[in-house]
Amino acid sequence: MKVELTVNGKQITADVEDRMLLVHFLRDVADLTATNVACDTTSCGACTVLLDGESVKSCTVLAAQASGHDVTTVEGLASNGAMHPVQRAFHEQHGLQCGFCTPGMVMAIVSLLKENPHPTEEQVRTGLEGNLCRCTGYHNIVRAALAAAETAEVPS
Amino acid sequence: MIPSSFTYKRAGSAEEACDLAAEYGEDAKYLAGGHSLLPLMKLRLAAPEVLIDVGGLRGLSYLTDQGSHIAVGALTRHHDVQHSDLLARELPLLAHAAGQVGDPQIRHRGTIGGSIAHGDPASDLPAVLLALDATLVARGTDGSREIPIGEFFLGLFETALEPGELLTEIRVPKPGAGLRGWSFQKFTQRAIDWAIVGVAVQGGHVALVNMAGTPLRATAVEAALAGGASPAEAAARAAEGTSAASDIRATREYREHLARVLTSRALTEAASRAA
Repeated sequence: MKVELTVNGKQITADVEDRMLLVHFLRDVADLTATNVACDTTSCGACTVLLDGESVKSCTVLAAQASGHDVTTVEGLASNGAMHPVQRAFHEQHGLQCGFCTPGMVMAIVSLLKENPHPTEEQVRTGLEGNLCRCTGYHNIVRAALAAAETAEVPS
Repeated sequence: MIPSSFTYKRAGSAEEACDLAAEYGEDAKYLAGGHSLLPLMKLRLAAPEVLIDVGGLRGLSYLTDQGSHIAVGALTRHHDVQHSDLLARELPLLAHAAGQVGDPQIRHRGTIGGSIAHGDPASDLPAVLLALDATLVARGTDGSREIPIGEFFLGLFETALEPGELLTEIRVPKPGAGLRGWSFQKFTQRAIDWAIVGVAVQGGHVALVNMAGTPLRATAVEAALAGGASPAEAAARAAEGTSAASDIRATREYREHLARVLTSRALTEAASRAA
């Protein structure tokens, strides 16, 4: 079937199988491979992207369902070569170890801060319950989220 | 993991959805947020030949005050139920429980109607709506009908919906004076897991998650409460009439123990909120 998605501001039209998952569309059709597939069972959050500005797990959304909608991946966050405040906070707070969960963590935090610009530490930890870090590097990830919230303006 | 092949159809209206369901018959399934169905399809535990996507029907996403009850559109997402000011005021149990479903990403996609129609006894909202004595509205090609929630869950993943019927609205009565105490207790191994056991309390109603093939009311507890028993005395009867499964997460005996403990906590918390 024909699908039309806007990914990181760019319209992409493609003929795909009806059963194609959004994460496979992003990686294999849009050639945006930052979004990782890990558990593939809606548990780990590594494949988190924004759909119409809200975090979703792209292993559990069909490309067909996303047709006509806006998708943002971690590749779409930086503007004019400048890192998004959440990306910068991960860099400064050492919010990653192996880096595999990072794209999903960053997108989940962008969505979290959009809904709640000044979360408490507990709200950050609860807000990230859908994202797993197998290095168990949660402490610096939470620190990065709180540091990003400190910056004046967090654009989506 | 990739689902087996199917044909995707996006419905533009509830009417069109019902017409498509009539056209494709038992080979078709409705798709709302997809967070129950798509994982089953990826595991090949479900393999519908046609998916009728109703997720985009924004006309079925609403929360309105109807005086004696709140009307909830079946396609209202958990996120919107969780953050509703109307529900925080009138039905805090429902708003709170919706915020306990899955995780933020899942709540951005999953819908209350999808969760109910799926008929999973381990899901939170079916038991919550049992405790709230909700009425469901289902639409078929011949029009709409009301189904009391107590008659809706027939077995594991089995509901009173006829083939092709679409759940369109959930009507939740506002708890009366003296029945406003509520609690939702859920025990899980991991943050986002299904409940090993859950308990929903609203006033004198007590409903259990994952203690049988369907969500069910803890009638022995309710009878004890009505007879003047203390929360601790009533909670001791929480496993009566249940038929919990033993599985990889918990034995039946452990679930029965949890049902009693969680019911005790829920009744205590509800009593503290009753004033």
